[in-house]
Amino acid sequence: MQYALAHARYQLLEIVRTPVAVFGSAFFPAAAMLFFVVPAVGDNAVGATYATAAMVTFAVLSANVFQYGIGVAEDRAQPWDPYLRTLPVGPTPRFVGRVLAGLCLTYLSLLPVVLIAALLTEARTTVAGFALAAAAVAVVSVPFTLMGLAIGYALPSKAAIVVAQLVFFPLAVGGGLLSAPGQAPAFIETIAPFLPTRGAVELMWTAVGDFRPEPTSMVMLGVWIVALAGLAGWAYRRDEGRRFS
Amino acid sequence: MILARAEQATRRYGDVLALDQVDLDVPAGELVGLLGPNGAGKSTLLNLLIGLRRPTGGRVLLFGGDPRDPARRRQVGVTPQETGLPGTLRVGEVVDFVGAHFPDPVPRAELLDRFGLADLARRQTGGLSGGQRRRLAVALAFVGRPRLVLLDEPTTGLDVEARRTLWDAIRDFHADGGTVLLTSHYLEEVEALAQRVVVIGQGRVLADDTVSAIRGVVDLRRVSLTTDDLPTLPHVVRVERDRDRVHLLTGDADQLVRDLVTAGVAFRDLEVRPTSLEEAFLTITADSRPADADVPTPA
Repeated sequence: MQYALAHARYQLLEIVRTPVAVFGSAFFPAAAMLFFVVPAVGDNAVGATYATAAMVTFAVLSANVFQYGIGVAEDRAQPWDPYLRTLPVGPTPRFVGRVLAGLCLTYLSLLPVVLIAALLTEARTTVAGFALAAAAVAVVSVPFTLMGLAIGYALPSKAAIVVAQLVFFPLAVGGGLLSAPGQAPAFIETIAPFLPTRGAVELMWTAVGDFRPEPTSMVMLGVWIVALAGLAGWAYRRDEGRRFS
Repeated sequence: MILARAEQATRRYGDVLALDQVDLDVPAGELVGLLGPNGAGKSTLLNLLIGLRRPTGGRVLLFGGDPRDPARRRQVGVTPQETGLPGTLRVGEVVDFVGAHFPDPVPRAELLDRFGLADLARRQTGGLSGGQRRRLAVALAFVGRPRLVLLDEPTTGLDVEARRTLWDAIRDFHADGGTVLLTSHYLEEVEALAQRVVVIGQGRVLADDTVSAIRGVVDLRRVSLTTDDLPTLPHVVRVERDRDRVHLLTGDADQLVRDLVTAGVAFRDLEVRPTSLEEAFLTITADSRPADADVPTPA
């Protein structure tokens, strides 16, 4: 664990030294809050709360898919990466450290969304709801972290950037993150339950409000987690085999 | 005690044979130079010894065990390629981070002082000069108080002064009982540091001897001349023909020229050049097997 913390600290230092990286992952959700949520449903307590929860999910999606997808792909290209493997610890601390740092960055990128919601909209939740939502963020991070890792280990960095973008937008829109519960266009309502973003946002809605998740979305979220874990594991082993066997 | 050992170690990359049944022992306290042209298999051998790659055949041992077991690497120091140092981190932070992987790291100030980096502790590594970055990279090999360090081309591309600083640091480590295995394609560097030289070419160990013995073998001259009629002459290690141009590799160019004149050979455009280490190696290599295509070293 002490090694994992050293790696997390190292990763965070690298991120903090390039503040624009932090800014990038926080910008989109914050901008979406300001342009869409505040004017449209800002004065509607229930609507604003659900929309904020959706934007939080949006931020979790973008933070994880991009930082792992691009970060891992870039690190793999650096000669520093094989050097770290010559140090007398296995690959686990590095991996755990990366996930810890990723989670920190995810929470950081949520701050603007939560602040905007609290100051500029009527969005309200209870203390318990807020704590539950904070915990839900960690759960919801799981599938998107795995997705980012799969992209990062499977692709070279230039391809990873493109694929992360290609994957990100349809998942956000298709999962109904840009609409209130039940308010999305019909075809999105049809496909949404089969996307991991839907299960994720329903967990967030359940945490902060009076929402009951759809069984289909929950089952599909589980299916996605298993499938993405398999994909990430496959990409990791394939990369290991190529570079270190 | 043998700290690092390769037994009949063979490594293939697809169709390319990078290492071919290599035997090597590095006993405690020795300073061994691994000498060979680019693509000879030096880096591949180091990668096997540190556990970054698995041998395709044979086996490698580090402190008596599998180098892929992290515990075996606790007393080993390795140098990263300086181009890979994380550019946004400060020098001191990189030292602390690498040191955090070892039970008893050298304190940051002491290590930086030893490598002439004390004033740069707060500089980001991306802002260092090439020589400073290389010194930091080599310093990292020593942060964990290793008993064995593996240095891959430690001073390639450095200016004279920076090279001296590094050589001194490596010598001091060895004088305190440390064991060193370093690769180089400069005989000069190996001569300055090592007592024992292992020459590698085309994936095989060509020679394993003292520095002076190797110096005698690779110190060849190339005598080139144009002639139609060349008798067999002594002292010629190898003959290459390029149309009517003949290149003779010899250990004694003076005597060879005397012999040419004495034998009454009609020649013109005589030229005597020192051979590069690479040419000398190829000559040794050609004795052991037909010269085939260059063996590329995968990164």
